Amino acid sequence: MDPVFLSGQLFTGLSVASLLLLTALGLALSFGLMRVINMAHGEFLMIGGYLTFIAAKVAGPGFLWLAFPLAFVGTALLGALLEATVIRRLYGRPLDTLLATWGISLILQQGARQIFGSTGVPVTAPDWLNGAVTVHGGPLDSLTFPYVRLFVIVLSALVLGGMWLLLSRSRFGMHVRAVNQNREMAAALGVNTRQLDMLVFALGAGIAGIAGVGLALLSPVNPAVGSAYIVNAFLVVVVGGVGSVLGAGAAALLLGFTTALAEGLTSSSLAQAIMLILVVAFLQWKPKGLIPTRSRALEDA
Amino acid sequence: MNHQTNRRARHLTLLLTLSLFGSASAQGTVKVGVLHSLTGTMSISEITVANAAQLAVDEINAGGGVMGKKIEVVKEDGASDWPTFATKAEKLLTQDKVATVFGGWTSASRKAMLPVFEKNKGLLFYPVQFEGNECSPNIIYTGAQPNQQALPALEWAMSKGYKNIFLLGSDYVYPRTANLILKKHITDMKGKLAGEEYVALGGTEFSSVINKIKAAKPDVIINTLNGDSNVSFFKQYQAAGYSAKTLPVISFSIAEQEAQSIGPALLTGQYATWNYFQSLPNAANKKFVAAYQKKYGANAAITDPMAHAYMDVYLWKAAVEKAKSFDPAAVRKAIVGISVDSPLGKITVDANGSLTQTVYTGMSGAGGQFKVIGQSKGVVAPQPYDALAFPGKTCP
Repeated sequence: MDPVFLSGQLFTGLSVASLLLLTALGLALSFGLMRVINMAHGEFLMIGGYLTFIAAKVAGPGFLWLAFPLAFVGTALLGALLEATVIRRLYGRPLDTLLATWGISLILQQGARQIFGSTGVPVTAPDWLNGAVTVHGGPLDSLTFPYVRLFVIVLSALVLGGMWLLLSRSRFGMHVRAVNQNREMAAALGVNTRQLDMLVFALGAGIAGIAGVGLALLSPVNPAVGSAYIVNAFLVVVVGGVGSVLGAGAAALLLGFTTALAEGLTSSSLAQAIMLILVVAFLQWKPKGLIPTRSRALEDA
Repeated sequence: MNHQTNRRARHLTLLLTLSLFGSASAQGTVKVGVLHSLTGTMSISEITVANAAQLAVDEINAGGGVMGKKIEVVKEDGASDWPTFATKAEKLLTQDKVATVFGGWTSASRKAMLPVFEKNKGLLFYPVQFEGNECSPNIIYTGAQPNQQALPALEWAMSKGYKNIFLLGSDYVYPRTANLILKKHITDMKGKLAGEEYVALGGTEFSSVINKIKAAKPDVIINTLNGDSNVSFFKQYQAAGYSAKTLPVISFSIAEQEAQSIGPALLTGQYATWNYFQSLPNAANKKFVAAYQKKYGANAAITDPMAHAYMDVYLWKAAVEKAKSFDPAAVRKAIVGISVDSPLGKITVDANGSLTQTVYTGMSGAGGQFKVIGQSKGVVAPQPYDALAFPGKTCP
């Protein structure tokens, strides 16, 4: 394979991975802690996209400074609201959460259709993100790295790093890990698990909102956009090891590079099938994923 | 006592209404079906097409109807699900006993409905461009055949010096068949195929595709992506540093409505080929655009399939009046040779049930409208079977 093409595909793999990671992180978080199979996660992404559109309407071309806080806070608040009204009542019943959140996702989609119409809304990246770094000379001459792709890669690295710091270095993170390992024990030792559930669910939703900003720069913003990403996000969570944030990161990279390599060697439509087959084979070999979380709660399930 | 009288009175009113309604439908109205996806992924495109057909019906009714009868629309939802299209078509033909049906968008929906129309001897007006390679006496194909959109676009590209061509499409029947035909003609016209790539319907990730395009260094991309994939493609194409100036794209499924949701800025200077653009200056079109926007919103975008759907109703009316009958077989026979002055310009129905119509190449401007920059020399007769790709096949 031509070295420029190969390097281009490696970069593609990294950028696909970063998108996958952004969409899957919140899902990994809420599934890991609360065993909520959140089918509405894709719709948080969608709402992040629409909030980006609103930010662009309000703030003009330099809208990103407004889009990030708006998308994060907006989706986090919605997440908290959903947790308090619906999901809270369904803990310990994974199948019920699946059905309920699926219903919620349909309601959110239809809501978006009522407000914004079934045709997508246009969001275009600001001018400073248009364009690319190009390598001149050497064996990789004319290899390009689009700014917007680099932006999304940096964004997802920052979010992953931030999450890792939050979970491993803060008091909040310690509580999350404690509840993850043994909910009853943590509660007995004074952790307010109800409040923690709500915060974690809101945080997961907020991260999806941030992912929505990244997606709006690369993809359509319409009522169906969430469902386009939800399957791959679940794949990342399952391959990474349910509930593991670092596992999600590793799985996103693995899936990203596999897809890019398969797309480079065959065709885009075949690559998706190849990736699914590899995922199935992988799960036969490591049913608990790349980095399994040791958790009594999950083992009992 | 009082209660019972009330109930009896209600029954009587109901009976009266029913009998009035029954006699009205026997004498004063004729039923037609409008069958489009009003929900699901295709509703984005098909709702407006159904609206355009309804507009034509309203206009005809306001002008006295067809052969003295008012048209009554039975609207059904195909729900973006192909078996549903077949079920609803069956219902329209056997239960509602409609005189004709206007509907369908995807080739999958048409192929699902085709046996139903043939079995029940019904008549379907299909308003969307498609891949050809099909011919049924029970379908009037009013959208472009490949030789009325894809091939003129190829000829136009070649004439501009774009000889090295990359074919990009969604992975389903229309792009695969259209590109099969295009490839034969690229070879025939001494052009070069730079590459060919298909992305799953609804796909959003184009990094690899753009990487392949970069490696192939084409002069032009012929784009048969459908739906929202276009939004992702044009966003990522611009991010990779391409524009209409560095690498032009000719699209077959992007019209005014799609341009709005992609964001006109991303499309500026790109090309599309259709039989109709909202900007066409003829009087019939100005009237159509004004009437549509009055009914469905001043900013509503109007597209080729909508114009076809609108005109289809008038075409059917003309054929009914010529046949002096609502019978589908008589209408099908009478429709051959009929000409109408429509928003698309003058069109004529060919013996094979498709239209002779003009082909336009448009360039997308800042407002999401297309400026006509090229058109076929006169009208183009339809060829359902391409002679190079499907030698020897003809319509019965």
